[in-house]
Amino acid sequence: MTKKIVLNEKTLAFQKKVEELSGENTAMCDQCGTCSGGCPFVEEMDITPAQLMRKVMLGQEDVLECDTLWICATCNTCTVRCPRKLDVSKIAEALRQIKLRDEINNLDINDLPKNVLKELPQIALIAALRKLSS
Amino acid sequence: MAEKKIGVFLCQCGGNISKTIDLPEVQNFVEGKDDISVVQIHSNMCSGAGQKLIIEEAKDKGLNRIVIASCSPHFHEKTFRATMEKAGLNQFVLELVNLREHCSWPYKDQPEAATEKAKDLVLAGVNKVRENYSLEKKKIKMGKRVLVIGGGIAGIQASLDLADTGNEVYLVEKEPTIGGKMAILTKTFPTEDCSACIISPKMAAAQDHPNINLMTNSEIVSTVGHRLHFEITVEKKPRYIKPEIDMDQCLICEQCVQECPVSAPNMWEQGIMQRKAIYIPAALAIPFRYLIDDSVCLHFKDGSCNKCETICPQQVIDFSQKPEKVQFTVDNIIVATGYDTIHPSEKPMFGYDKLKNVVTGLEMERIVDHITEKPPPRPVGDKVAFIQCVGSRDEQTGREYCSRVCCMYAVKLASLLKQAKPEKDIYVFYTDIRAYGKGFEEYYKRAQQLGIKFIRGKVAELHGVPDSEKVLLKAEDTLSRQIIESEFDLVVLSNGLKPNDSTEKIVNFLKLTKSSDGFLQEAHPKYKPVDTNIEGVFICGVAQGPKDIPDTVAQASAAAARVMVTLAQKEFDVDPQLAFVETEICDGCGKCVAACPKDAILMKGGKAEVVEALCVGCGACLPVCPLEAIDFHNSSNSQMYASINGILAGKKPGETRILIFADNTCTYRLADALGIRKMKYDIDTRIMRVPSSARISANLILHSFKQGADLVILGDCPVASSLYPWSRDVTEQTMLAARARLAEAGIADERIFFSEFSAGDLQKFTAMINDLSAKLKQAEPITEEQRQEL
Repeated sequence: MTKKIVLNEKTLAFQKKVEELSGENTAMCDQCGTCSGGCPFVEEMDITPAQLMRKVMLGQEDVLECDTLWICATCNTCTVRCPRKLDVSKIAEALRQIKLRDEINNLDINDLPKNVLKELPQIALIAALRKLSS
Repeated sequence: MAEKKIGVFLCQCGGNISKTIDLPEVQNFVEGKDDISVVQIHSNMCSGAGQKLIIEEAKDKGLNRIVIASCSPHFHEKTFRATMEKAGLNQFVLELVNLREHCSWPYKDQPEAATEKAKDLVLAGVNKVRENYSLEKKKIKMGKRVLVIGGGIAGIQASLDLADTGNEVYLVEKEPTIGGKMAILTKTFPTEDCSACIISPKMAAAQDHPNINLMTNSEIVSTVGHRLHFEITVEKKPRYIKPEIDMDQCLICEQCVQECPVSAPNMWEQGIMQRKAIYIPAALAIPFRYLIDDSVCLHFKDGSCNKCETICPQQVIDFSQKPEKVQFTVDNIIVATGYDTIHPSEKPMFGYDKLKNVVTGLEMERIVDHITEKPPPRPVGDKVAFIQCVGSRDEQTGREYCSRVCCMYAVKLASLLKQAKPEKDIYVFYTDIRAYGKGFEEYYKRAQQLGIKFIRGKVAELHGVPDSEKVLLKAEDTLSRQIIESEFDLVVLSNGLKPNDSTEKIVNFLKLTKSSDGFLQEAHPKYKPVDTNIEGVFICGVAQGPKDIPDTVAQASAAAARVMVTLAQKEFDVDPQLAFVETEICDGCGKCVAACPKDAILMKGGKAEVVEALCVGCGACLPVCPLEAIDFHNSSNSQMYASINGILAGKKPGETRILIFADNTCTYRLADALGIRKMKYDIDTRIMRVPSSARISANLILHSFKQGADLVILGDCPVASSLYPWSRDVTEQTMLAARARLAEAGIADERIFFSEFSAGDLQKFTAMINDLSAKLKQAEPITEEQRQEL
């Protein structure tokens, strides 16, 4: 992480891309922190949901590298409480989509031990593959 | 009617007009018609010499109608109306033609085309003036009686100002004491002077003033009436104490209170203390009198108790009292109905209903007020948090607005607590600190100096801590980007302000309008901030929108001053440019009665009748009349048809015409502003001044197309600044009807549309008109057959 931010066409383009995918106007975020304070998984995250919003508002692509994206369970607590009625979950989903289009595999089925595969409910496996693999 | 003799006066405006427009050519064009007695050109019609010319010609030639082609009527209408009076003519047989702002200025570089346009404009004026007729300004006599609704600091201030200037004031308050919310506050920000100490002398002055008739424990139950004459009915709730005028009056000996076995929360103390069923509402109550709360008193519950009645040495208890109705008439009304605080149950994640140590801002006012008592009625633990923006700035509660006082009242309560008990650990969780007022920033800084910690983050949720009365708070510190999860002994919710139910009632009684935040709407946000859309009704205080005490007092004095201005006129001129009914044509269908938002049209003997004192001149009744029986003075149907014929008369083959019906408040002024800035829009545009877009009927629109219009635009103010915000729906209906007829004739229905214009929308207007006219010139023209089919 660097202390310096340069605002240019690239950062604008990234913000626009997230807005297109999510359908949300990220400039409406007031940075009040309601989403972070109520997030049930915030302690496991490396950046808070409001911080994630801030990075998107400033077009900082390094947001794609944070753990928060993958810890978010889309429980929607942030979305139903946002005083600006922003759908924060949708923005997290948009970021995951961008990342997954890079054809990364955060979950390789071959890495899962056979006994785990046997016991794992099928629906959990499908959900995990949908969320974590391209 | 006598023979029509029209005088036309063309003004050069010292070259402003004559350098562009060939006035002698216009003169030739107008001259020679039978009823045109004289056409004169003068360098400055508004000057003494110019006016003298008009007056002399009028007298010499016996003129009975006058057209003056000069500048915008917003400039010199008053001047020329006075000239008419001097010439012995009625003000309304005058027609002004706007050659300067609408023709010579914008088209400096197109003198020939501008001269052609000027001919159309003057012809429209001549056509119109033929249909003009005398109108008398009606006068309404006024007294000096004012009703002030609400006895908070706003109502008290307005009442005192009015009473001191010799007006007769009725001050009505629904609570048993006046003083409102300000009397509840412990101290005021940012000076920390005692709230009760400031307001109580004013409360006493209001009670003692010979010109103020104070009615507490009373509510308005009906207001019948029209502007400048309101018949008011007030219901006084019983106190069950004999009135003071009786000889055997109450001595406030307190024996009744000691005897009373019933205990109820003292709501003036925000429930942190108890009171009896017979009580005095507050230590500084005005009037300082007992009342019995019949919702808890055992006598009213089951008749089992009459201890107070038995013990009273003066025998002033009277259980037989009933609500009493009082009726009176006033000339003006000030609405100062105040506010409620937003109930924290709107934010369930703060657990106000479940957690004992979560309190509201007003509760904290009382807690802090008693904090130095030993022991305090409500002790405060060591660690205290304030949560800002509870309910306001929050779309989840539907309240987008900032309540404007919570930042500073939290700073105040935190500071007072810290000063009284320096050992307390105090935190304020905020979204933004808004310290915008005089001395506010310094006050905020002093709170920081006192050691109060400010954390930037909106609190997400509060939880109870098991086996403890502490409260667990969760928030993000958005500056360090870390999550705070901490226990507090007391959490104060800085809840915002909202419109109250009493205001809602008054809105319905007086037919006021509300702005989108639910507070009362002023007549104009900039230059009529305390007027309303009802003449003679003024607003002040938080009922109009959140504000602090100094702003409230200033606004209350402003409202009082506006009342004084109105009442000082003794007689009030009613603009005669209002709706009226042609009774011979009216068949009594009643559509206009339903369409009138001000209930200004009545049915009498099977015919509609306009109550002039109620009509506000929006014209919304005209388009709904199937027979054109309801009409409008100085913008009548015959006058409108004549003007349209004139203004479109000069259209030559191959030319196009955009006709704009411009409302007098916004769109017409916008066109004036364009002229003043010499900004050009397509010269084939024709602008007609109308009271509002609602006045235009489908028939007028269709007539315009018959006469050669290729596009019709109805322009009116944005709803937020409109004098007639309701008129939008009427206009929509009119357009639907007109579009249907266009479609039947095979004409594209987008040739009619409505647009909002503010007087400052210069670029928007020129861009829109130029774009439209370019498209029009390329489009397939409307054929003569199509026009005749309309």
